Amino acid sequence: MLGLEKKDFALLLIVAAMVVFAPFILNPFPEGSSLAQMFNAGYPDLMQRFAIFGILVIGFNILFGLTGYLSFGHAAFLGAGSYAAVWMFKLVGYDIIPAILLAILISGLFSLLVGYVSLRRSGIYFSILTLALAQMMFNMAYSVLGNPSSGYNLTNGETGLQVYNSDPQIFLSAAGPNFPNLLGFSMRSETHLLIGNWDFTLNAGYYLSGLLLLISFYISIRIFRSPFGLMLRAVKSNQQRLHYTGLNTRPYTLAAFVISGMYAGLAGGLLACMDPLAGAERMHWTASGEIVIMSILGGVGTLIGPILGAGFNEYFKNILSKINDSVLHEWMAFLPDGFENIMVTLIHPFVGKGWHLTLGLLFMAVIIFLPGGLVEGGQRIGKLFRREKANTSSAETTPSRETE
Amino acid sequence: MGILEVKGVNKRFGGLQALGDVNLSVQENSVHAIIGPNGAGKSTLLNCLVGKLIPDTGSVLFDGQSVLGRKPYEINQMGISRVFQTPEIFGELSVMENMMIPCFAKRDGSFALTAFAAVQDQKDIIEHAMQALEDMNMADKRHMHSSSLSRGDKRRLEIGMCLAQKPRLLLLDEPTAGMARADTNNTIDLLKEIRDKREITIAIIEHDMHVVFSLAERITVLAQGRPLVEDTPENIKGHPKVREAYLGEAQV
Repeated sequence: MLGLEKKDFALLLIVAAMVVFAPFILNPFPEGSSLAQMFNAGYPDLMQRFAIFGILVIGFNILFGLTGYLSFGHAAFLGAGSYAAVWMFKLVGYDIIPAILLAILISGLFSLLVGYVSLRRSGIYFSILTLALAQMMFNMAYSVLGNPSSGYNLTNGETGLQVYNSDPQIFLSAAGPNFPNLLGFSMRSETHLLIGNWDFTLNAGYYLSGLLLLISFYISIRIFRSPFGLMLRAVKSNQQRLHYTGLNTRPYTLAAFVISGMYAGLAGGLLACMDPLAGAERMHWTASGEIVIMSILGGVGTLIGPILGAGFNEYFKNILSKINDSVLHEWMAFLPDGFENIMVTLIHPFVGKGWHLTLGLLFMAVIIFLPGGLVEGGQRIGKLFRREKANTSSAETTPSRETE
Repeated sequence: MGILEVKGVNKRFGGLQALGDVNLSVQENSVHAIIGPNGAGKSTLLNCLVGKLIPDTGSVLFDGQSVLGRKPYEINQMGISRVFQTPEIFGELSVMENMMIPCFAKRDGSFALTAFAAVQDQKDIIEHAMQALEDMNMADKRHMHSSSLSRGDKRRLEIGMCLAQKPRLLLLDEPTAGMARADTNNTIDLLKEIRDKREITIAIIEHDMHVVFSLAERITVLAQGRPLVEDTPENIKGHPKVREAYLGEAQV
């Protein structure tokens, strides 16, 4: 189906179902309840981030998962994509198609440049080169190219690049929405579906991101299963043998680098489409580190891992940072007074502004107990079920079936 | 003129003359062994042939074309395949996938951006790889993870991958180093079979005299970076100079 094997097509369908029903799945608690405020994630902002960071990490996984080259500068391409898209909004108007195309193109060019330089080395030296180049780009965006009083203010420095009324926007029609839109359909437009006490939000921006996530995912499956993907896995396994088998590894790794850079550009462009603003902090090296963390969390080199990792990271970041002391007091209210305060004090550093701590611990737990990421966790659970099933079925029917 | 012509090759590492005025001529469709004690410059010579090192002076011609200054993958595409001392395979891939990679290299050259074709649709590649596996008697192991193969099988796979490219010259760097006697004999049998069945030139660097004398048609003896003698195995065995430099300690 669509040039995919059965198993991969099933995976694509599962992801498609997840994308379509996410507004419902992520809103399990009825409106107004305290649980809803805390754990519901089915609102547009967050769901858009799920999809967009999913795209970003899928692309990153093509480089890191297949070739083993660990780039520590991918956030720079995300940021470059955002800037490109906002410039398109400023100059041309709020149509997102040219914005996204330019974002992909610009990020592709930047990644070609960075990849050409840094792929001369491998291993840790490659990582350091990408980190250095990305930090250079960040600093350029933050200060040198962002001085509002100079003649070449490309990024607007600390304030961040945004659209002003004085911008040309030559194709902006008076009738069209004053917000990024696809053929007049605003990214902000949404429908509320009220079922019982539940309020489900169906948002245009989210569904566009979701659709692009699906397309990105499909392309990634095709690459994984192609001869090109096989060569990338061979690069990870043994470059020496590859050289002495008549294959030039440089163009393979460079192509993988540029493809993953273009994915980052698409994600960056989409971020700008959901909120037409681009800041340099998006390119900071901690953002690059977060991409690495997401991909390892989900499962490096697996198809579905990046999506899970991005979702897991964004979800917990959001939930944990929402929990403050008053919420904790509410939860601990059933405890005796003195004990309640102790518990709140103990938990306090792990939530609210301290969400990094909990996420870090979760990350460590996954790395230590599930080195293959969340995908490995899923596989283990799957195996457990299969074994139980096999046990019961072999008891019912004839034994001595072939294993595996 | 041989298929491989090495003329006046010198290579110096700092104060060490690793190769001094080496001349070597390997005839087409023959098995040529290069032997010598440790530090004789055998590996340096091999590295000069495959593009890993560039000699300071001299020339290396393969089929009349110079290989000097070319990258290892370019030299491989010219028709020289190399087997390493410790088997170099793609440990994370299956045996079948290992075998498909040289088939792709043969069909598509050193780079092809075939990112949208599915591997399982490449009928010609699959057929080619299956044939190559059958030639090595490894078809039944095709789904195995190649890192779980025995050492002898890894060596077999590596040689099979080299042969799948249909090279004109196969270079072997101590192919039986560190192997048990049984594995060594299997490898000798395999190489004999290749020698007899295919039109291929084999150049072999070897420490193990048993291997050399059962395979080679001509032998070059290197000592301290210089070629000592080049002759047939029978004459090498009795050669006093060789005995002095090498065989005396090896106890043939």
